[in-house]
Amino acid sequence: MQTQEEIKQLEAIIQESLAEAKKQGATSAIAGLSVDTGLSVNVRLGEVDTIEHHTSQGLGVTVYFGQKKASASSTDLSLKSIKETVSAACSIARYTSEDKYAGLPDADRLAVEFKDLDLYHPWQLEADAAVDLAVSCEDSARKFEGISNSEGASVDTFSGLHIFGNSLGFLHGYASTRHSISCSVLAEQNGNMERDYWYSVVRNQKELESAEQIGKKAAERTLRRLGAQQLSTRKAPVLYAAEVAGGLIGSLLGAISGSSLYRKSSFLLDSLESQLFPEFMHIYEQPHLLGALGSAMYDAEGIATQAHDIIKDGVLKTYLLSSYAARKLGMESTGHAGGVHNLSVKSGDQDFTQLLRTMNTGLLVTELMGQGINPITGDYSRGASGFWVENGVIQYPVEEITIAGNLKDMFQHIVAIGNDVDYRGNVRIGSVLIEEMAIAGE
Amino acid sequence: MPENTRLQLAKQALLLPTALQESDIHRVMDQLITGAVDDGDIYFQSSHFESWLLEDGIIKEGSHSIEQGAGVRALSGEKTGFAYSDKIELDVLLAAAKNVRAIARQGQNRKVAIAKNSATAKNLYKPLNPLKSLQDQEKVDFLRRIDVATRQLDTRIEQVIIGMVGVQEHILIANADGSLVGDVRPLVRMNVSVIVEEDGQREQGNMGGGARSDYSYFLDEDKAMSYAREAVRLALVNLEAVPAPAGTMTVVLGAGWPGILLHEAIGHGLEGDFNRKGTSAFSDRIGERVASPLCTIVDDGTLEGRRGSLSVDDEGTVTQCTTLIENGILKSYMQDKLNARLMGTQSTGNGRRESYAHTPMPRMTNTYMLAGESEPEEIIASVKNGLYAKNFSGGQVDITSGKFVFSASEAYLIEDGKITQAVKGATLIGNGPEVLTHVSMVGNDLELDSGVGTCGKEGQSVPVGVGQPTLKIDSLTVGGTQV
Repeated sequence: MQTQEEIKQLEAIIQESLAEAKKQGATSAIAGLSVDTGLSVNVRLGEVDTIEHHTSQGLGVTVYFGQKKASASSTDLSLKSIKETVSAACSIARYTSEDKYAGLPDADRLAVEFKDLDLYHPWQLEADAAVDLAVSCEDSARKFEGISNSEGASVDTFSGLHIFGNSLGFLHGYASTRHSISCSVLAEQNGNMERDYWYSVVRNQKELESAEQIGKKAAERTLRRLGAQQLSTRKAPVLYAAEVAGGLIGSLLGAISGSSLYRKSSFLLDSLESQLFPEFMHIYEQPHLLGALGSAMYDAEGIATQAHDIIKDGVLKTYLLSSYAARKLGMESTGHAGGVHNLSVKSGDQDFTQLLRTMNTGLLVTELMGQGINPITGDYSRGASGFWVENGVIQYPVEEITIAGNLKDMFQHIVAIGNDVDYRGNVRIGSVLIEEMAIAGE
Repeated sequence: MPENTRLQLAKQALLLPTALQESDIHRVMDQLITGAVDDGDIYFQSSHFESWLLEDGIIKEGSHSIEQGAGVRALSGEKTGFAYSDKIELDVLLAAAKNVRAIARQGQNRKVAIAKNSATAKNLYKPLNPLKSLQDQEKVDFLRRIDVATRQLDTRIEQVIIGMVGVQEHILIANADGSLVGDVRPLVRMNVSVIVEEDGQREQGNMGGGARSDYSYFLDEDKAMSYAREAVRLALVNLEAVPAPAGTMTVVLGAGWPGILLHEAIGHGLEGDFNRKGTSAFSDRIGERVASPLCTIVDDGTLEGRRGSLSVDDEGTVTQCTTLIENGILKSYMQDKLNARLMGTQSTGNGRRESYAHTPMPRMTNTYMLAGESEPEEIIASVKNGLYAKNFSGGQVDITSGKFVFSASEAYLIEDGKITQAVKGATLIGNGPEVLTHVSMVGNDLELDSGVGTCGKEGQSVPVGVGQPTLKIDSLTVGGTQV
């Protein structure tokens, strides 16, 4: 297979880089390399807007001289460039400090099993066919009455080879693909414009949501925003729609990651085995799911990934640690260098409509804006738009409001997780109902 | 440095090592500009980047990277064909040209005359190499010195993180009219971040700065320590802060970095692409009142040494100072070549791209409001009850609805015309085309930011600058928790 041939060739570059590092005096070294190709097509109002052909590559090398660390990277994979890149790293290592926690991971934690995770499904898509697909997606949105303009529809396909090795003898490469279709359209009422979008992203093109369906959802999402009002300032229950709920889990992951913990820049210091959530909350990681977006056999250091309970019965069961963070904290690596792989939040038995009824009267949030989260205190205040709900029924769209609280309290006051799971990201989660937050508006 | 010196330096850096001749570039251009292709360019770039990180009192990491390559673009009507490669080689470029000109095959032949830009690029920065401006030993000694001095500022300091980055970019742009434009762009940035702790409560403070210069910029005038002092001050203020109020009230914005409001709420909506497409809340509003008569806002790429400044933009157009809003009236959008051509106007020198691997689009440079006449003290004194937002962390805008949001990193209550209690967690939200109509006072204290801004648009990051005088906005929504 051609891909296997290419991986072999790229593995040789990694070996060359590691050998060169040794030759230049490094005690140990890490090298990573990726080569990506892709096609992105954007159409707007039925015509081609852009066609982009992507081809990019990069080599990164990290060297250790005893406990001193440095790294270098280059987009040039020639032999000459490999030497220069290694040399740049070695030269910097003369000036970095002894750091007793620095170094390669423990050899016995490195992955030895390399299951095919079904991540590689190249899509032989010509530019013309991509244009047709994008046009059909946008058309499906534009034929809705009230859609007045468009930011366009896009079709993207990427294919990449990723090779990773270290001087402990770890060397592995794999191929992966990623395909997506997206659409964003506008509508206007009384001189006020609204815009919304929808997208699908997958490893295997056969699993893409249909172009027509994506266009339809984009149009419906835009049209339902027309006539949005500001709310008066109040306290009320808030329902995070599934497509924005992942952000709450993102804040959790940031706060329990090793670098936040050893820097003490986390609102969840010393929280291991603490009851952070209500008892029904269960958050678990499945790194080896076939064909999933976040799947991997090893983390960014080569340590074997494994299934984890992150939150069990509402209790925090593990931090997310790289080897470095683990040593700083006097713990063991959890195989989370570079982050988590396929996280799922266990759903309750209510669907979206039932959640609206459970909330009864409150705010449904479908879009969040800004970065108003303090990672040290957990203070949270973000711009929001969505819908005001009364008696379990959506009343009218709202915008130009903020929702605020503290993440610790918000986690404790989660009332329910819907079964309307959004599978598009690395965090799979349904809609999340929070008992009460402060809403600022008029 | 004369324009041709920049061009010579760019050629030396980009063509010499790759054995590509100027005649080769013309061959690629001939391959590219055929039939219905209206315009096109080849963008060569090499970028040398380094970063140093001090944490826990030690130089924890250093890194170096080299990125180089070329992007080939063909434009036909509203269509763009684009390909790039990390290899600067003739056959790769020829293949890319052939690939991207296919964009035009369905279009009719309507070649338009491309107005030649006759302006001369100014000398806004020297062709410095920040990476070589200090010995590596001097760089790490400098960071250690700042760390030690920072830790002595206050006993409550728990953690100090200092980062310093330097970049040198060489740019060579081949245009369809046969012209070659070169630029050498230095950029440095430094950041000091502290965590303070008192009675078990922790807070953070961040401050940094930078310029199109080399590392000597931080050694001059004690700049690095001024960042450290400011970071510590911010963290200590936030230790005392109470939860922010919620609701609509009078808001006074501080001078300098809070100009990010102009960038988010106004600037993005005035970028040519959104207005050509009619997707901006400011579309078709040239000549209309969009701000109070006190407001005049410019985008100025020609400020010496500033982070957002460029001698020429990434399409080779000489940068300029564009008046966007004059005494409250919308005057101009910001344009790149493609959108200017389609809207029947000229590029304003705002065509920017993150790198050779990205297509240019209209982007801001240094965006700021001109000074008014009020004393800042007089502005505060005029507010019965409100919020004084002195510093911000970041913001975001929805171009279409005009809604924007940004988060205050330092804010205080104003009570009876006096600044009183510090508050935390204040997010401001408003509507771009409306917010400046509520400006009732503009200070005489115009300040530009310290040189840390990075703007993201459609996945592309570029360095920018912002600025403003102290401003009073009569009505804006504050998103605190105290309902």
